Amino acid sequence: MSLDGSANLTILAGALCLGLAQPGLAQQASEVQELRSQLQRMQAEFDRQQALQRQQIEQLRRQIEALSAPSTNPAAPALPSSSAKAQREEGSRPGWKPSDPIRLAARGGKAYLDLALDVSAVAGASTADDIEGGTQLGGHDPVQRGFTLQGVELGLSGAIDPYFSGQANLLFQIDSSGESFFELEEAYLETSRLPAGLSLRAGQFLSSFGRLNTQHPHAWAFVDTPLANGRFLGPDGLRNLGARLSWLVPTPFFSELSLGVQNSHGETAFNFRNEFEGDPRFHRPQTVGSLASVNDLLFTPRLATSFNLTDRQTLLAGASAAFGPNSSGAGDTDTQIYGADLFWKWTPSTQTRGYPFVSLQTEAMLRRYQAGAFDWDLDGNATVNPDGSELDGDGDGVPDLVTRETLKDYGLYSQLAYGFTRGWVVGLRGEYVDRFHLGGYEASFGSDLERAGRWRVAPNLTWFPSEYSRIRLQYNYDQRRMMGTDHSIWLQFNFALGAHAAHGF
Amino acid sequence: MTRTQETSASWCRTAIWRPRVGKLRLALSLCFALFCGPELFAAARLNVVVTTPDLASIAREVGGDALDITTLVRPTEDAHFIDAKPSFMVKLNRADALIEGGAELESGWLGPLVQGARNAKLAVGAPGRIACNATVNMLEIPASLSRDQGDIHASGNPHYVIAPSNALKVAANIADRLSVVDPSRADDYRQRLRIFQDRLIAKQVVWRKALEPHRGRQIVSYHNSWPYFAAEFGLKFELFIEPKPGIPPSPAHLAGLVTAMKEKRALVIFVEPSLGRKAAETLVRSTGAVLVPASQFPGGIKGTEAGYVELLDTLVSSLAQAFAQ
Repeated sequence: MSLDGSANLTILAGALCLGLAQPGLAQQASEVQELRSQLQRMQAEFDRQQALQRQQIEQLRRQIEALSAPSTNPAAPALPSSSAKAQREEGSRPGWKPSDPIRLAARGGKAYLDLALDVSAVAGASTADDIEGGTQLGGHDPVQRGFTLQGVELGLSGAIDPYFSGQANLLFQIDSSGESFFELEEAYLETSRLPAGLSLRAGQFLSSFGRLNTQHPHAWAFVDTPLANGRFLGPDGLRNLGARLSWLVPTPFFSELSLGVQNSHGETAFNFRNEFEGDPRFHRPQTVGSLASVNDLLFTPRLATSFNLTDRQTLLAGASAAFGPNSSGAGDTDTQIYGADLFWKWTPSTQTRGYPFVSLQTEAMLRRYQAGAFDWDLDGNATVNPDGSELDGDGDGVPDLVTRETLKDYGLYSQLAYGFTRGWVVGLRGEYVDRFHLGGYEASFGSDLERAGRWRVAPNLTWFPSEYSRIRLQYNYDQRRMMGTDHSIWLQFNFALGAHAAHGF
Repeated sequence: MTRTQETSASWCRTAIWRPRVGKLRLALSLCFALFCGPELFAAARLNVVVTTPDLASIAREVGGDALDITTLVRPTEDAHFIDAKPSFMVKLNRADALIEGGAELESGWLGPLVQGARNAKLAVGAPGRIACNATVNMLEIPASLSRDQGDIHASGNPHYVIAPSNALKVAANIADRLSVVDPSRADDYRQRLRIFQDRLIAKQVVWRKALEPHRGRQIVSYHNSWPYFAAEFGLKFELFIEPKPGIPPSPAHLAGLVTAMKEKRALVIFVEPSLGRKAAETLVRSTGAVLVPASQFPGGIKGTEAGYVELLDTLVSSLAQAFAQ
């Protein structure tokens, strides 16, 4: 539009020049200049008109097509570039016909829905006989010697309307017994225009605890879940139905405060109200119970801040916590998990496709678990039942008695990644988990493998043939108290189909 | 300008605290009038976040001092691959407008930043969300999308700003949209736009004249980022160091490229700061071709820091020189 305006003005200016100026070389030059400008602007206007006409012709063509024979058309012809252009300008989409391919991937940022399929598989071997839940604690980890399908994830995302955006992650997996299963990892909506830097998320989502917990496995730098995450946040990560309010604090540097309120029961609230399929844990039966008050929900506050240390170095640090009841007592036992996380990354200003880079990621966690008192003498006869329903850990023939106690555990991992040349990353991770002290039940009935100290070191090498595929080789050196040393080697293959996956920092 | 605001604020603070007597209120109003007053009376500058340096340079021409511009991509960086730093989120949170290239140039990193910024002014479709590809005739829009073609863009090749005729359209679009975001300065933007357009058009004639004798000549580049430049000046970019967009060159591809370069007499290679200098040097050794430092962004090569026009000046003159060799 401004082109029209400026064109008019130029003509006016040109006319003034012709009328008033004395003929001379300088004037002539500037006149030529003016005429050139005018020509340019007319050219631009011509282009615009042409585009408009193309658009109209395309519309008519589409109408004719729709009226003639849509059903016999086996494959819709590829849209010529001019029509794609016309659509883009028009800002509308053509009506879908049954013969058209279902195209959900972004076309010029005009898709209603971005669709991505992410597949991770791993092959390898280990000296450990208890890989699943033993050396490997994560739900996406290798579960056996040979091949493991770590997950086929379908990710759907897009703007719902001007007020909300939505995202869902559906997981398909094959477990160690060869059984296929489906899991709803995440499905939530998030507000896009709340005032005052606020944002609300609601649905099923990964709790904002630490760094790795909110990432899906395709974004991880290692084949498997760190031990601390597996032990404290659970094999599938801490996630549940609920809501989260976050606030971008108006500070000159980035800082974000958030509070999540979620259901505290189920296997994805691992250290909270989780029935453990009826098995005892920490030598106590697990009873999920029902929600009695707001206090029985899972609360996850988090503060994240970020600084640019230099122009090329960025630091992101966070403090998180998770509070909620657990299933070890009669509804009066709580779990508290605290976490601190740090991510640092360096990229030079001459990076090519993101390489080279160096990044360091560390998370530390602490768990306080109140374990309730319990008398295993269920029938009150002071002798162990022959059906095994009464636990007798010390083998004295009398059912065990556990008293109320608080179990404190901690763990941390630290991982370094160095993208040394385009598409190649070498990584090293070290980790350690342990208890602060032996629990009372452990003193009487023996050390609990679930709390015993262990450490692991894992170097790996990753090659990204393109940003949509990667091959990763990883070695794990496992040292478990009571279990000894284990060696594992894993070769992982990961690929993504569909929408360009954009990642946060 | 932000700096002056900050310093005046700290001045206020020292001025308040120094007296330490009951005259606090007087001191406060005095310093408010002295330091903050003029700031308030003058219309506040627009906070504008621009993704790439080329667009930033054009926005600066159109907006002048009225804009407080933050550029996210460094001139030497690969604009497809940028870390979504949280500090960018803070900038976007406070922005009145976001100027982006569009056509999926920034799709790998901009989305989560805008989502995290929680700024309704930058929502898609809002006047403050300025996608510069909207008024440009895009080239190479693929008929079908398949990643076996490498990293192609559904909306066409996103490297369009480097052609001056597109820069003219981009400038007009930015001026139009800024006038909506900030109507009080609409005349200002239009006037500055005219000045820039006249300057650019005059330059365009000079540049075309300089490259006219070399019409139809071949240039080798790493990435297919020059089709608009080629169309503007009648040059040909048919040979690329990467076999497909985003796919690194294999030795076999480079060997084939050497033969093709000799056949097509393509003896000038554009070398961009972030893209494959080593491969280009290998080609020079086996073909005797000339390396020409090139960049899509002002500041990407030495002597072009001042802006878009200076970048084109440098590109055209070094290219003309290379062809003359």
